[in-house]
Amino acid sequence: MHGLVNRSIQSFLRDTYGPALWHAVARSAGLGFDSFEPMLIYDDALTEAVLGAAAHHLDRPRDSVLEDLGTYLVSHPHLEPLRRLLRFGGVDFLDFLNSLDDLPGRSHMAVPDLDLPQLELIEEGGDHFTLICCGGPKGFGHVMVGILRAMADDYGALAMLDHNGCERGCERIQVHLLDHAFAQGRHFDLAAGSTGS
Amino acid sequence: MSARPENGARPLSAAAAQRLRPAAACVTDTLGLTSIALARLMPMYLWLGRDGLIRGAGPTLAKILAGPDLSGRDFFAIFQVRRPRGISGMAGLSRHAGARLQLRLRDGPRTGFRGLAVPVAGQGGMLINLSFGIAVGQGVRVHALTNADFAPTDLAVELLYLTEAKALVMEELNDLNRRLETARRDAETEALTDTLTGLVNRRGFDQELEALIRQGGPFGLMHLDLDYFKQVNDTLGHAAGDHVLGAAGQRLRGEMRSIDMIARVGGDEFVLLLPGIDRAERLSAIAERVIARLSQPIDYAGAPCRISASVGITRSSAYDAPVAARMLADADAALYASKHAGRGRWTLWHDPGKGPPRSG
Repeated sequence: MHGLVNRSIQSFLRDTYGPALWHAVARSAGLGFDSFEPMLIYDDALTEAVLGAAAHHLDRPRDSVLEDLGTYLVSHPHLEPLRRLLRFGGVDFLDFLNSLDDLPGRSHMAVPDLDLPQLELIEEGGDHFTLICCGGPKGFGHVMVGILRAMADDYGALAMLDHNGCERGCERIQVHLLDHAFAQGRHFDLAAGSTGS
Repeated sequence: MSARPENGARPLSAAAAQRLRPAAACVTDTLGLTSIALARLMPMYLWLGRDGLIRGAGPTLAKILAGPDLSGRDFFAIFQVRRPRGISGMAGLSRHAGARLQLRLRDGPRTGFRGLAVPVAGQGGMLINLSFGIAVGQGVRVHALTNADFAPTDLAVELLYLTEAKALVMEELNDLNRRLETARRDAETEALTDTLTGLVNRRGFDQELEALIRQGGPFGLMHLDLDYFKQVNDTLGHAAGDHVLGAAGQRLRGEMRSIDMIARVGGDEFVLLLPGIDRAERLSAIAERVIARLSQPIDYAGAPCRISASVGITRSSAYDAPVAARMLADADAALYASKHAGRGRWTLWHDPGKGPPRSG
């Protein structure tokens, strides 16, 4: 697994539950080190071990930990640069949803050895969509649910999201877009470092 | 629009005609476009009349030029065409129809643009499409543009995304490099340091001796062995022995200059390098001082540990061309002579051809 993914999980656990929890997880997972390097590649088994240990220490289902991870990736101030990169995807939440097919390609442009799962958005008519995530690590769909929930907030959209299980290696997420301009979204300046406008 | 000159239009130059030659017959057909469609297709277009005055502009360009009504303003008063050189009116612009243009705002932030001008059918005017080129980040910042200011076909937003993503990746890589460099230095220091005394180890000493020989300046070398150390170890245990070694290292450090190198090269063996000192009198005086200091009892858990030191000395000036292995062997031989003569003594190695040996 790419170090960026492992490092994200580490930052999520540390920023959300404190350094002590992270150290306990790292020990339980048998990492043998304190911190993932974001630019190195690690054995997939380490990621699984960390997620398993985190679920155990937090006494919560793995899926809900993953969903919180997704929300954290978009909404925590430490990861503002990532939120910005996601916001480049579209001018509003619907536009963003429609750009998700491009997400693996976009991440590839930035980090060529970062392989994200394939994403496909299917329009079910009306305001209903299904997002299909294929070929990712188990539970990636739950991370996507967290990301989409936080991005809907970010754009000021009102959306209902549901993880609909896994079928032949593909996870399905139901999206019901109730209102794409429900609230004032968070500000996004196209140019980095702009001071509002 | 058409590439053919019509009523009142300037004839295209041969080069411009070549650039604008149709790829297929239908392209020469005149295309009717509303200004709304044009604005959506090319939000940074400018339509110039044959007099060079602006007759229409795309919404993004209007925003950049801070005026919804640009009509009637002189294009050449607002923009400077930087490349190709020498375009200051419609004739020049027409001559370079279809070619890449570089332009700049004359006033304000002097934003740079890349442009393309083509003739407009029937009017003698020209249509210019502009973009920021690679300076898009600056353009977007200065003019406070948003995603909606670019056509969906424009890769400007992707360029901004990529610029930002690459900067983040570079930052991560730089951080990684810094951490690796720190780790490398720590590992190197560790590899050259004796962990018990904090003094330099054998490897570090060898490097320093070679460096001194390469530099060619005078220096002294002492090989020092603790006397009675084995007794301390045998009677009071290894912990006491380690304590004595640590204390001996500190005392040596205290007696030497900061530029001198003190290395622990064996169990109770030390070597000292003294750059710039090669006179026998000074070296023997330092040796005596060191021996006296090491002969003072070292306290360990209330018990005084009594040791002393034997020293063998040599110096760079004793050789025509100093060689590390030879100097070490000679210092060792002198040390052996000190031990043999009753310990707590120093001996200066001498070339048998150059006078009597000295010791004390």
